Amino acid sequence: MKFKNGARDGLPIALGYLSVAFAYAVQAAGMGFPPWFPVLVSFTNFTGTGQFAGTELIAQGANFAVLAATMLVINLRYALMSLSLSQKMGDGFPLWQRAVLAFGVTDENYAVAMRQPKKLTFLYLLGLMSCSFAGWVGGTALGAGVSAAIGRLVGGEWYAALMGALGIALYAMFVAIILPPAREDARVLLLVALSVGASCLFAFVPALADLPEGIDIIVCSVACTALLSFLFPRGEGEDGLPAPDKTAGGTPGEGEGGAQ
Amino acid sequence: MTLQSMLLGCLIMFGVTYATKGVTLLLARRNITNKYVRSFLYYLPYSVLAVMVFPGMLFSTASLWSGIAGTAVALLLSFFRRGLLTVSLASIAAVFLTDMIFLLL
Repeated sequence: MKFKNGARDGLPIALGYLSVAFAYAVQAAGMGFPPWFPVLVSFTNFTGTGQFAGTELIAQGANFAVLAATMLVINLRYALMSLSLSQKMGDGFPLWQRAVLAFGVTDENYAVAMRQPKKLTFLYLLGLMSCSFAGWVGGTALGAGVSAAIGRLVGGEWYAALMGALGIALYAMFVAIILPPAREDARVLLLVALSVGASCLFAFVPALADLPEGIDIIVCSVACTALLSFLFPRGEGEDGLPAPDKTAGGTPGEGEGGAQ
Repeated sequence: MTLQSMLLGCLIMFGVTYATKGVTLLLARRNITNKYVRSFLYYLPYSVLAVMVFPGMLFSTASLWSGIAGTAVALLLSFFRRGLLTVSLASIAAVFLTDMIFLLL
């Protein structure tokens, strides 16, 4: 289980990340950020949804406490992934290796690592994560570069139209992530419907729309998810996470809970 | 946004993100067994994405009409389980064509 094996398993993830990261960078450019900013964020964060929400909040001049709280809510799931990954890894990893690998925990890297039947090694995980990280940062840089080039070449309302068109890509990808599972599972569909309803309330009801930016994501998602988890808790094996007992290496459904 | 807000914002994002990824990998040794907590963490990403997409997606482009066009195309293709890339490219095309028509009229 060498670096090479990990990098090979990370390659398809890297390719998938390219387009999402590209879309993220375009979105950031459309909000008026300089090209280096999305690259810096991708380089330091390595998380899809969180980056998008955080970048939008910074653009809107949101309060930093709200920014931190939003990031916490969106990234909470990583704590659970790291926990189960930690158990599959076992005791053979010194603290500094764990500290390095923690940075590379994403929905996709986690899913691949947990499906690996062999014993996980530091080099394998490093290969997997470096490869997908390269795709993530590379895609962001590409998107930032292309956006800057478009800015140079076309101006005025054509620029707005073109960037607006490219900017919808990330939203479209998010739709493509949530709609298929919502079609399969009525509970997810109900959750999505509730969340959209709550979100619309916060967008269109004047008193709620005046609340600080970012509050809507925290309040709507936590409230709707809590309600749904209470009404329809998922049975063992259908929560996309390995079984709570320690029998090594449960198999998370691929792409499940995948909101990268 | 200022340089300071960008750098500080990025630092906060990094801090919180790394903390959520690292805390259990570095410290904890026990798995969470509570089914409500596990369900909550399973469901949460879908809700977050739904809140972020709607209604923001409709207003994300140069005009409301192109936002509606792009959203409709994304919904339709996702419903028929097209991949991320297909859905986003088609959505971009729908938005761009709609805005082109308005610019040229």
